[in-house]
Amino acid sequence: MPVMNMVQALNLALREEMRRDPRVIVLGEDVGKRGGVFLVTEGLLEEFGEKRVIDTPLTEMGIVGIAIGLAMYGFKPVAEIQFIDFVYEAFDQIVSEAAKMRAKTGGMFTAPIVIRAPCCGGVKGAMHHSQSPEAYFIHTAGLITMMPSRPYDAKGMLKAAIRSEDPVIFLEPKSIYRTIREEVPEEDYIIPIGKGRVVREGSDVTIVTYGAMVHVSVEAAELAEKKHRWSVEVIDLRTLFPFDKDLILKSLEKTGRLIIVHEAPRTLGLGAEIAAYIAENAIDLLRGPVIRVTGYDAPFPLVHEKLYMPNIARIYLAIEKVMRY
Amino acid sequence: MYQNPFEIRYSLEDVIEKLRLERAIGLYRIIDPDGNVVAEREPDIPRDLLLNMYTSMIRTRILDGWLLKLQRMGKVALHAPNIGEEAVSVGATLALDKDDWIFPYYRNIGVFIARGVSEEEILDRNIANIADPFKGKEFTIFGSRKHRIAPSTVPVGNQIPHAVGFALGAYIAGEKIAVLTIFGDGATSRGGFHVGLNFAGIYRLPVIFVIQNNQWAISVPAKKQTGSITFAVKGVAYNIPGIRVDGNDVLAVYTASKEAAKRARNGEGPTLIEAVTYRMGPHTTADDPTRYRSPEEVKAMQKYDPIARFEKYLINRGYLSEQELKEIYNEWNTKIEEIVKKCISKPPLSVEVIFEDVYSQRFWNLEEQLEEYRESLEVMKKLGIEVE
Repeated sequence: MPVMNMVQALNLALREEMRRDPRVIVLGEDVGKRGGVFLVTEGLLEEFGEKRVIDTPLTEMGIVGIAIGLAMYGFKPVAEIQFIDFVYEAFDQIVSEAAKMRAKTGGMFTAPIVIRAPCCGGVKGAMHHSQSPEAYFIHTAGLITMMPSRPYDAKGMLKAAIRSEDPVIFLEPKSIYRTIREEVPEEDYIIPIGKGRVVREGSDVTIVTYGAMVHVSVEAAELAEKKHRWSVEVIDLRTLFPFDKDLILKSLEKTGRLIIVHEAPRTLGLGAEIAAYIAENAIDLLRGPVIRVTGYDAPFPLVHEKLYMPNIARIYLAIEKVMRY
Repeated sequence: MYQNPFEIRYSLEDVIEKLRLERAIGLYRIIDPDGNVVAEREPDIPRDLLLNMYTSMIRTRILDGWLLKLQRMGKVALHAPNIGEEAVSVGATLALDKDDWIFPYYRNIGVFIARGVSEEEILDRNIANIADPFKGKEFTIFGSRKHRIAPSTVPVGNQIPHAVGFALGAYIAGEKIAVLTIFGDGATSRGGFHVGLNFAGIYRLPVIFVIQNNQWAISVPAKKQTGSITFAVKGVAYNIPGIRVDGNDVLAVYTASKEAAKRARNGEGPTLIEAVTYRMGPHTTADDPTRYRSPEEVKAMQKYDPIARFEKYLINRGYLSEQELKEIYNEWNTKIEEIVKKCISKPPLSVEVIFEDVYSQRFWNLEEQLEEYRESLEVMKKLGIEVE
């Protein structure tokens, strides 16, 4: 089995899906000859030609709006937004049109597009190359939002997104595009939408997280284990909406303690939703307060990004707080 | 192929030719307000088609009047009146082949009528009763896959990039069709218009952009919508031929659209048509135009009424007598009244449509919320609480 990083795994997923289904089309800025600024679409133009790998003019609204039209025609467009920070120009097309096409037409028309984009911080990208805007999409009925944390998942999740009949926002944490390598099968497999995974088993605390924060959370969990023999379970949501509530509940039955970690700002982030869900449906399982470790409610900074983002120390502190409650 | 961008030279004459200023500034017209032919050449249109144009416009106007009444009666949530603008929808639609697609906006009932969608289906949609194919999620808009009409959008002009993407799809699939999209003058100020024209211009896509310039975007007049001399000149910058036509002359709209559709199918690329018309009524039933425009202006524009003008033409040409025109009108007036009665007596949609069609499957959150609704229903019944 070949060893790959996330960029290569995503490239393989696109390639396999384009071979499998002639309706799959890739479009975006620089996706053709350049192969995407992060090279996720590298080599696709050579293999599939200009009609299936389309370099668009510089317009996020156009990329999404045109992808919607392609989907209405019957294609399966996979649109690349070069950095998720630039998606806001396309916001109206995403939330008013793609997300609502099925609902507003009673199912007569649908717009099952995939919007892929690098997201999140950790690469000294400053304000407009580091954001985590997943909450906007999760809040919008009609959209599925996903974020992988490792190459194996990235391939299976992107394939599921492409085969989905609903529009999918597929966020790729760019800080782990190339830093994690693992075996990725060169065969067809799917990570189903809505299914999370237990990354590390534990019995005292549950950390629910996703994306690059999975790895930071595991490190914090290991530190807590080493220091205090606290056993921390780490759950990678993979699909942010609809999130895997059963996996969280099952874990809480064991641990009774919940920490949610994400890079996005705290207020009304996914952590708030998960905390509220548990408070409403499973408060009896809790032995301590739900704690969120998140990005601060401030614009992502150019300086001190490691301090802005959740880090091992902040997660460790949260574990300590909930264990000593 | 590499081309040095500094090597290409145009003469001034070339530039003027390129700008096609005459067509984008003048007003292309076939019949004048008195019903006389003013164009150099009257198009050769079969009598059946002329009659279809006429009945489609009449039916649109009668239905439009009913939708206004139904809104006042509380049977329809909102309506965007079409009165005075029927020639744009009908002329452009009838110029297309049956395989072509249309991406209309919310003031285009004539598109549906001319494409063969029944009044009953349009009324069911607008009333949002049990037969509404869109199941009551949005007002004023409609679409029909069967009739190759894409759903219109409520955010103005959002359908323009969809039409371009759809045309790109047809191009990739090798299907030789034209894709027509209609939108108001206000939409030309939004990004989607420029994005759409830019994209269609680059890839020479088979799109017909029709600006239904009705002079008003709610209370903002067309002159505050653009600094351009006309809307049709906006095609120039995208290398898209622009033509300005009398949008109250159904034959002019028809002829220009027909030519544009031919260009599209021949692989000659997109066309921009500015159809100059006038919004006789309010923007929607929620608008009061007396706050921003004079009754004198509206009165002055009445002499350009597209239906009255076409009637004069049909009489002048001897296609139909005044008596026959009256009969056609009365016939449809009676028919549509019957349809209205039928549609308003149909039962409403079930509340559960709220939870339908959000996704291709119902995820756990909506299952939970549906359950919550059902519980509340029990309580409502028990306590005799009425909602709505």
